[in-house]
Amino acid sequence: MTTAIVFVEHSDNAPRRASLECLGAATSLTDSVVAVLSGAGAEEAAKALGAHGAGRAICLPGSDPFSPDGLARDVAAVVGEQGGGIFLAAATSRGRDLSPRVAALLDSALFSDCTALVRAGESLRATRPWLAGKVIATLESSGPVFCATTRLNAFNAAETGGTIEVSTGNSGGDFRELVKELSAKSGGQLDVKEAPVVISGGRGMKDADGFKILDELAAAFGNAAVGASRAAVDAGWRSHAEQVGQTGKVVSPQLYIAVGISGAIQHLAGMKTSTTIVAINKDADAPIFKLADYGIVGDVFEVVPALTAAVATLRAEG
Amino acid sequence: MKIVACIKRVPSTEATAKLSPDGRGVDTANLAYMTSFYDEIAVEQAVLTKEASGGEVTVLTIGPAEASKEVRECIAKGADAGIIMTDPEWGSRDNLSTAKVLAAKLGELDAELCFMGRVATDRDSASVGPMVATLLGWSCVTDVVALSLEDGTAQRETEQGLETISFSLPAVITCDKGLNEPRYAGLKGIMAAKKKPLEEVAFEEVPSQISTASLALPAERSEGRIVGEGPDAVPALMEALRNEAQAL
Repeated sequence: MTTAIVFVEHSDNAPRRASLECLGAATSLTDSVVAVLSGAGAEEAAKALGAHGAGRAICLPGSDPFSPDGLARDVAAVVGEQGGGIFLAAATSRGRDLSPRVAALLDSALFSDCTALVRAGESLRATRPWLAGKVIATLESSGPVFCATTRLNAFNAAETGGTIEVSTGNSGGDFRELVKELSAKSGGQLDVKEAPVVISGGRGMKDADGFKILDELAAAFGNAAVGASRAAVDAGWRSHAEQVGQTGKVVSPQLYIAVGISGAIQHLAGMKTSTTIVAINKDADAPIFKLADYGIVGDVFEVVPALTAAVATLRAEG
Repeated sequence: MKIVACIKRVPSTEATAKLSPDGRGVDTANLAYMTSFYDEIAVEQAVLTKEASGGEVTVLTIGPAEASKEVRECIAKGADAGIIMTDPEWGSRDNLSTAKVLAAKLGELDAELCFMGRVATDRDSASVGPMVATLLGWSCVTDVVALSLEDGTAQRETEQGLETISFSLPAVITCDKGLNEPRYAGLKGIMAAKKKPLEEVAFEEVPSQISTASLALPAERSEGRIVGEGPDAVPALMEALRNEAQAL
């Protein structure tokens, strides 16, 4: 059976959820899954992976400071040594930076940001959005290694409950790039691509201060990130890191709440695969209502605080 | 310093996509095209770099001859020359093949610095930049929102925050929104661009590995409903989210 090598990210000695989803994708393709991790805390994080489909884990010492090009060479070497026919990583910042490098070192093309991976007879197929989801392409590769990144929130983590054998791998030197510093976000804010709930604001928020009610709603949920339409970002109300749409981030949360967003085509492309969509807008004719599962027509500054109170009550009840 | 800005001609982000009658491709009839959004930031950064520390900027693309429109527009913003690698397989060329073709050309041009958009807004692959750098043995920093060539550092946006990376030249930098504000081409620039060299060149074919099994338009979402008006509708929304959608 083909071996899949999965790059697993970790923080605070635990694997990241996006990487567990990626392992879940791997287990649907093969029974032979090897996780590769790098840096301090890798061994501790690797122990948790047996329960999520990995039979073995290889922990690379990595470099300090961390080197993106060094990691790519180390990971590509592991794929080679293990005779891996599949290489997967989650489509996080790190995974999207790493995977094209690994694919190039393996002389293989890459399927980025896939929403489905399936076995079709002898071949593997990747499904991925083009044009920010306006077209869905199902693709095959004749390359030596099937390389793909998995979209966040698009795959389920596998709960296999197995054990794992952890070993130590090698890290090379001779780096071209070194990470000197990471200035962490304040208060552990979630990224819009990772959060299970995304609350986005548009022009209807009126100004930067208007977004306060969305920050409060996100805080009431506890697992939500605040996003923004291009109009709100271009107006300077929110940062580009929060922009949802074709020239921002494409998100697929379980719940997407669009507030004061009319629904320009390039915004809709970035969020239409969300599981449940709610729209709150004062204009009953706004295109966003055509896409939303549930809509409330009304003044966002009246509706959102009421929703925040309702969510807070629900959370307090547990 | 030889600076190259790679651009891609892509369908307008405002365009609605249709499939071709045989379902094997995207219907390109009546489709408006543009320079990919992030590639405009790459061109601007190349021109800013030239203005700050000298050098020569070449705008490079792989694509149809019609891409001369986009390349000319980019030259008008301050680049010195343009090259179109005319591609009969444009539309089906995969990321590794594209990267190999571009890497060979960057070597031939004796380039030291290459700017690209962080992602092209048609295939959304975000792969060609780091692949080119890897093939050439160059540095690569992706999703860059701040750059200092004097210090040899770039900042990239990650889920955890801003990462500062030191790198050495030659390098590929993939540009994110926020790195700069692309300028508009003035009349003077547009006139000057007409006199600047724009070559169409052929290249040695590198076969693609990726092939299309099928294309589809995304499933239409089932019709939703307005649960009510104003804050009084919140209980009905909560009820629907809890019991119907099970989203809470």
